[in-house]
Amino acid sequence: MRVLGEVNSFEAWWVQLVKALIIFGVIFGILPLLTVYERKLLGRFQHRYGPNRVGPYGLMQPLAEIVKFARKESFRPTTSVGFLFYVAPAISIMTAVASLALIPFGNVQHIFGERVGLYGIDVSVGPLYVFAFGGISFYGILLGGWASGSKYSFLGSMRAAAQLISYEVSQGLALVGVLITSQTLSLSGIVNAQRGMWYFIPQFVGFLIFMTASFAETNRAPFDLVEADAELVGGYFTEYGGTGFVAYLFSEYVNMIVVSGIATTLFLGGWLMPFGIHPPGWVDPFVVAAKMMIFITLFIWIRATLPRLRYDQLMSFGWKILLPLATLNLLVTAIIVVH
Amino acid sequence: MPYDPGNDVVEVVRHPPRNAAASTYRIFGETLRGMKTTLARVAEGPLTIQYPEEKTPVYPRFRGRHKLHRFEDSGLEKCVGCSLCAAACPADCIRVVAAENTPETRISGGERYAAVYEINLSRCIFCGYCEVACPFDAITMGHDYEMSDYLRSDLIFTKEMLLAEPLERTPLRNEGE
Repeated sequence: MRVLGEVNSFEAWWVQLVKALIIFGVIFGILPLLTVYERKLLGRFQHRYGPNRVGPYGLMQPLAEIVKFARKESFRPTTSVGFLFYVAPAISIMTAVASLALIPFGNVQHIFGERVGLYGIDVSVGPLYVFAFGGISFYGILLGGWASGSKYSFLGSMRAAAQLISYEVSQGLALVGVLITSQTLSLSGIVNAQRGMWYFIPQFVGFLIFMTASFAETNRAPFDLVEADAELVGGYFTEYGGTGFVAYLFSEYVNMIVVSGIATTLFLGGWLMPFGIHPPGWVDPFVVAAKMMIFITLFIWIRATLPRLRYDQLMSFGWKILLPLATLNLLVTAIIVVH
Repeated sequence: MPYDPGNDVVEVVRHPPRNAAASTYRIFGETLRGMKTTLARVAEGPLTIQYPEEKTPVYPRFRGRHKLHRFEDSGLEKCVGCSLCAAACPADCIRVVAAENTPETRISGGERYAAVYEINLSRCIFCGYCEVACPFDAITMGHDYEMSDYLRSDLIFTKEMLLAEPLERTPLRNEGE
């Protein structure tokens, strides 16, 4: 508890608890709608409507699916390793949710006489925290694929290991450019440092690299080799059905939200509005949500557009193009800042 | 002109140029071009026909469920129970039992009428031979294609069902559509 106390020293413990519950509740309320949004938008990209039968505008579709998944028989292959097989999806979703706590939805506000920061926690190590949990979340995928005791799952998790490790390097280097420019690691500090200009203009190359690497990190198309339904039958979650599958699915969406939130914070100025508009504090979360929606829409748009990369293309792109570009971006940024 | 193999060389591009600038352009520039293409599909809007509410219109000569006809003036049935349709049917799905008209009860225009006229639609292949075989145009193919049912026995259509004015459930395709 000492760590949390240091992090948000000005907040009472019950404020932190309520904040955690609200963020968790709101995001998990939005998640199912996000799945419908993705499917409807994908449909539009392909000249069709997407789900529109269950409930108004098909919004009840995820409810029907959750009920379906929850009622499925729980079973595992005889070759699987029982304990890890059940723990792996839990690791995946817990690390995803843990990163969620970091997204700043707004500045420090005064609510009922308490100073409340509109974020889960504002740690002094900021992005490193996200990377740490991103690193642990690989274990969810790796262990899940390995513990399934199936070739397809194992291949998927092998790919996941290689892909996530190669792209995390570029993602990290792209972030360092922003950190050098803002000279802080606190995410709300980074947002406040963008009052003059949002970082996606001076750090445009870094922004592109970060977004590209994020697609790989979240296993989204065109970097969804980890899942690759056409060749691996789904990769690491091939053997999962019912709730285990839902856990992986949800953690993928949570990861998407987290990455969108981090990109919003680092490059699109978080809760800041353009053209010097200063709305009251309660608008901030909606500004952040709107900016995150832009990124989520981009994720879906890219998924509708690009075909999956071949494995060697993925590796050579990551190491031969993205990494040198990120290093160059970092060097140039460092030289400019020091001067 | 004699054939010169030297002129007949087609240069095959096996892969795009492999240098950093070209690769970077291909990855980011071509991606943008692709995104423009997909966005244009959104602007065009969905092409889906929302089936139970909207229906695909059929052509005028579409061969759907059969109809039996009556004379419009007298109301007598056109079918005279000749069984030519049953003979023509390759799927053997038509059953006709004929009976004599009497002066008291006239049912058809001819001497005889079909006492039983059944089409087993679960066997019918909708070839339209019955329509061609019929000398009195008593049976024609309609436009209705929604004939699924839960029981095989419900798919045996009797004379009354075939004679009844069908619910026009299928939109007709307009000229040039």
